Amino acid sequence: MSNEDEGNRLSWDEPVDRRTALAAAGGVGAALALGGLAGASRATAGPSQNVGTVTAFFNQYQTVDAQNAIRNVILKNFNGKVEPIFAATAGSFIDRLRAEARAGKGNIDVVVGLHGDFVTLQNERLIRGIGDVARDIKSLSPPLVTTGKLGTKTQFYVPHSQATYIMVANKEVLPLLPKGANIDALTYGQVFAWAKAIRKKTGQNRFGLPASDTGLIHRFFQGFLVPSFTGGFVTEFRSKRAEQAWDYMRQLWEYTHPQALTYSFMQDALLSEEVLLGWDHVARLNVGLERRPDDLVAFPVPRGPAARSYMPVVVGLGIPSQNPPNLAGAKALIKYLTTIRSQAQVPASLGFFPVVSGKLSRSLGPGLLAEAAAIRKQQRAPDASQALLPVGIGAEGGNFNNVYRDTFTRIVRNGENIKTVLKEQGDKLQAIFDKTGAPCWAPDPPSGKARCRVK
Amino acid sequence: MTTIAHETAPLTRRKRRWEGLPYWLILPTVVYLGLFFVWPMIQSFGLALRDESGWSITAFKTMVNDPAFGEAMGFTFLLIAVVVPLQFFLALGMALLLNAKLRFGGIFLYIFLLPLAISDLAAGIVWSAIFTERGYLNTILEGVGVLDQPHIWLDPTNKTQLVIAVAAAEIWRSTTFMMVILFAGLQGIPRDYGEAAEVFGAGFFRRVRHVILPMLKPSIQVALLLRLIFAFEVFAVVIAITGRGATVLAAEAYRWQATNMNEHVAAAYSVVILGLSLAAAAVVLVVLRTPRERRLR
Repeated sequence: MSNEDEGNRLSWDEPVDRRTALAAAGGVGAALALGGLAGASRATAGPSQNVGTVTAFFNQYQTVDAQNAIRNVILKNFNGKVEPIFAATAGSFIDRLRAEARAGKGNIDVVVGLHGDFVTLQNERLIRGIGDVARDIKSLSPPLVTTGKLGTKTQFYVPHSQATYIMVANKEVLPLLPKGANIDALTYGQVFAWAKAIRKKTGQNRFGLPASDTGLIHRFFQGFLVPSFTGGFVTEFRSKRAEQAWDYMRQLWEYTHPQALTYSFMQDALLSEEVLLGWDHVARLNVGLERRPDDLVAFPVPRGPAARSYMPVVVGLGIPSQNPPNLAGAKALIKYLTTIRSQAQVPASLGFFPVVSGKLSRSLGPGLLAEAAAIRKQQRAPDASQALLPVGIGAEGGNFNNVYRDTFTRIVRNGENIKTVLKEQGDKLQAIFDKTGAPCWAPDPPSGKARCRVK
Repeated sequence: MTTIAHETAPLTRRKRRWEGLPYWLILPTVVYLGLFFVWPMIQSFGLALRDESGWSITAFKTMVNDPAFGEAMGFTFLLIAVVVPLQFFLALGMALLLNAKLRFGGIFLYIFLLPLAISDLAAGIVWSAIFTERGYLNTILEGVGVLDQPHIWLDPTNKTQLVIAVAAAEIWRSTTFMMVILFAGLQGIPRDYGEAAEVFGAGFFRRVRHVILPMLKPSIQVALLLRLIFAFEVFAVVIAITGRGATVLAAEAYRWQATNMNEHVAAAYSVVILGLSLAAAAVVLVVLRTPRERRLR
């Protein structure tokens, strides 16, 4: 990849430019603080002494390419041996950490997971405070570092990378955009009209969503569809606007590729041209945009009646509470992964974006640059609104996703009555909050310390 | 006399020592089964019948009320109804072919055995590459002019096509498994019986019907028993080919554990799978039982 071609030159070392910087929103909705990057480019590559073997447990970067990049690029210059373990599923990730804690003996030194994972881990006291590590890290933007405190005074994780979800279309269908539509500021209505026009032209449903078990379609409902229509994704779950959102989804499904239920990564369907217009996580679109930059175009997600809602993703680094075998090594690894040099390798290697502020090097692949441009437009849209991953519901995260997936199955696939389904699924949603006592999080209006309520 | 007395004493002692030996020999197996099968089974019953607050049937209620439960149950049975009978006749045909000791017959055995060496998930992915819209099947059909534009085989609204796709993969993947058992059974049937029937003028099909099948019954019983139990556990092939378009019981158990992180409902599913497997096994054992006096040997 481009990192290696460049030898010693950093692909992340150009002076900061406020306008073109990748404004990263992070988990708290704060824009990245910019600056401080130019002087920091001579940051050291890692500890001067060999720190021995460090075991890192990943719940992200699961694609084969990303795993190879972790082993061969990202960890290459670390002064120590890193044993990366990749969890097969979110469930097995949490299970292993729980089991190690229960056994009173751990093998894991560093935990790499989503912001939401750390919320669960902290709830169950499976991670330790790492304020001493965070204090030594100067490269990261302060607001993003603050997200790692999980609303407490203790630093539980240090951010490593960020991402979000965008839309991608095949350029072949650009002429079919509805009249007057601006691809960078579409509405849900225009996306629907577009999908319909595509079917009319091609005779086949060519809109796509990743709706298999391993696809991320539930994030589409949680972070995009429902909050774009209602302005929240818990409190307004049963509202009139939510009914409209699901009615919209039902109609859009009529123009969605039937094989969407088998899609995990939209890049595959976009590359094979089974799908000509789709939505997914940037890391699951990257290969497509990289391979066929002249045929595919990336652009922001649409807006609904309430907002242009999108879900930011933050990946962080933490240390288990249960005596990690190599604590010094764990701390050294976290510091190493947050150096400018290491962060510069994140985009090309992992398909995620760095958490240090700065300008993306033009030497990066066309896919990453296209994604970065789309993300920038999405974040800077005047009507943009962030829907965060579930916070504070701990082990109920799976059930939470299931509420949205089941709502989809019942309304869209089984054609059940929208009102009835939303009522019943709303009860299930409320049960999760009754059980965990979790307060509302953005974009739902804050409920203080009280548990979140489905209206 | 004295010599005899001298000899019998150690003999009985030796005999007594040997009597306990079989139990010692099976002890490792019993311990292994107990540790890795019986104990987890008891644990999963415990998990299924508990929630955070204690004993309860919440998990079963959640399972039954889950929209995917009925679908999973239906698809599992449909798949079994389609796959197992077809597989049985195919496996019997393949076993008879091998048993005919044709020249180069050994090659068939190797060809038949190939799918057994492939993991079921890999098999599922191969077949999904065949059936997907831009897959091999459509490419070939378009190439020879049968289709003008790609046909969508994996359409969740068309259950018949989904069943055909999954059944094709399942049959390809696991027919050999039944064949191996039937082939072993066929080799245990003395040739004289068939030859005697032939002398009395029985053709090939009559010999199969009246000589081979009755004598093969114990093997058929084993083959069907194992195949049915595996059929209730079918999982990777279905997921790989249909994604969320169709689901089976084992896939739901996995989904509740891995995705929904609810081990109670996952355990409830596994209890259902266990119950169905036991029931199916009982049916096969009763229907295909061979009275002791009619067994070969």
